[in-house]
Amino acid sequence: MTGAAATAGSANAAASTAHTGELAIETSGLSKSFGRRHAVTDLDLAVPHGSVFGFLGPNGSGKTTTIRMLLGLASPSSGTINVLGRPMPTAAKDVLPRVGALVEGPAFYPFLSGRANLLRLDAANPRADAEDRRRRVDRALETVGLAQAAGLAVHAYSLGMKQRLGIANALATDHELLVLDEPTNGLDPQGTREVRHLIASMAGAGTTVFISSHLLSEIEQMCTHAAVMSNGRRVAHGTLEELRADGTASAVLHTPDEQAARAVLARMGLGLVEAAAGTSTSTERGAAVVPEGGAAVEASPATDTVVVRGAMPEGAATAEEIVAELVAAGVRVRGFAIERPSLEERFVALTGEGFDLAH
Amino acid sequence: MLAALGAVPVLIAVAVRLTSSEVPAGHGPQFLDQVAGNGLFVAIVGMFMCIPLFLPLTVAVVSGDTIAGEAGHGTLRYLLLAPASRAHLLLVKYLGALAFCLAAALTVAIGGLLIGAALFPVGPVTLLSGDTIALGAAVLRIVLIAGYVALSLCGLAAVGLFISTLTDVPVGAMAATAVLSVAAQILGQLPQLDWLHPWLFTHEWFGFADLLREPILWGSFGRNALLQGGYVLVFGALAYGRLSTKDILS
Repeated sequence: MTGAAATAGSANAAASTAHTGELAIETSGLSKSFGRRHAVTDLDLAVPHGSVFGFLGPNGSGKTTTIRMLLGLASPSSGTINVLGRPMPTAAKDVLPRVGALVEGPAFYPFLSGRANLLRLDAANPRADAEDRRRRVDRALETVGLAQAAGLAVHAYSLGMKQRLGIANALATDHELLVLDEPTNGLDPQGTREVRHLIASMAGAGTTVFISSHLLSEIEQMCTHAAVMSNGRRVAHGTLEELRADGTASAVLHTPDEQAARAVLARMGLGLVEAAAGTSTSTERGAAVVPEGGAAVEASPATDTVVVRGAMPEGAATAEEIVAELVAAGVRVRGFAIERPSLEERFVALTGEGFDLAH
Repeated sequence: MLAALGAVPVLIAVAVRLTSSEVPAGHGPQFLDQVAGNGLFVAIVGMFMCIPLFLPLTVAVVSGDTIAGEAGHGTLRYLLLAPASRAHLLLVKYLGALAFCLAAALTVAIGGLLIGAALFPVGPVTLLSGDTIALGAAVLRIVLIAGYVALSLCGLAAVGLFISTLTDVPVGAMAATAVLSVAAQILGQLPQLDWLHPWLFTHEWFGFADLLREPILWGSFGRNALLQGGYVLVFGALAYGRLSTKDILS
């Protein structure tokens, strides 16, 4: 996950190329407050058709509230929502039959069997074909691997089985858009893999998939686009590449001549941020993202090599120029690389660290 | 719950059968003294005993659970995403509650008829007006009474439906509905509140005695229907207003 060496490009997350007509979900200025608490503030989302869109954020960052508004369960305090080209919640009757959803975990009648639960929910859909209801439900149960347990009452299901049943419910009819809120919650690694495959195959068939998650690795493995939420606000938005490119790159230099190196880097316009006790690789350092302009040095007692890091602001010197300058100044360069923050570092930088939840 | 309701007439019948002493007229619930002579009266006594508390309690449980129960399970959001329209959901839920009202009243009536016929002689019934009607006609009257009682509970079911849209905790909605039915009956007993009495949904609950006259006095039936219809309209509208604008956060 560590960023590959690359020149400091600025493939910034300016805009997704999609036009309004091609968006499966579009919100603008979307806000929701409960009393004085602002759950979602001024949210703009653009989810292109056919994308797998990751909606990322720590617990309590407004993801589920946003999904409830997208699906017409809650009405926005202000702002507009278009889902599949129609305004929500006014067009819910026409939009919802085209959307499969899993919202805030699965919920079923504990005393009905898994199959009976799905049949009941399907019967509540006036557009669903009653004649092949049983066939569609059985097919969905098979897709999520619940065919064996379909006759069992839901209260006997494990959390993972309920989660699978919830996904099966979203799959019982063909949908243009799948909205999955934390779909791999409670699933074993095997189940997680299956869900990932399932989403990939749905996306391959042209379904737009909107997944919320607090797990970055999940988003990173499945999604083409993502938005990051923090405290009810969108803090990043774009394709995964755009998000990766968003962070400030840093130059990592391994050298015994720390003072000289610092001087050169400073002269080249790099903000010196960190120098760590580095013997060989840079992976030993902490995962904290590089804030621009800080400074720290740490010498290794074991060896004379010190790792010096410099934040590379946009438009600064290129890697070759820096190395050439270092060598010209007599600095012994034992290793040099340009690192971009991993998505995880970006995520933490954007949403803040620690366990204190937003409220 | 239906089984518990059905047990009430059985309890009455067995109690009367086991005690050899004659029940003196005027003691205990109305018509209790008639039971030993004619088993059909078990159904009528059962109805008299169930209408103040037991029947409203079961209706409160069912109607309080309608929306709040779905919300409590979290299934409300999936029903709405299925998608069932909110008006449609409310209507189906209320019809379900009405079906329960009818089933509950019929359970008491039919249970009473069966156990009465099993333990006591049955025959023509002497009505409150002094006329005597044949067995078949008497059974018909008892079914009619069950219909009257079911109608009496429609208003309470509508109140329960509305309360059920206010909360995600079904037990709360059930309790509140049950408390309201008791409170309405207490208010109905205070002579100082005479002006209020015709507006209480419990006002005509005991009016089914008018069906035991010859000819039948339909006046109380009509007044009851009007009263209950008013409650259904008002609380149905309130329930719709609440549910259609509610943020489903359960």
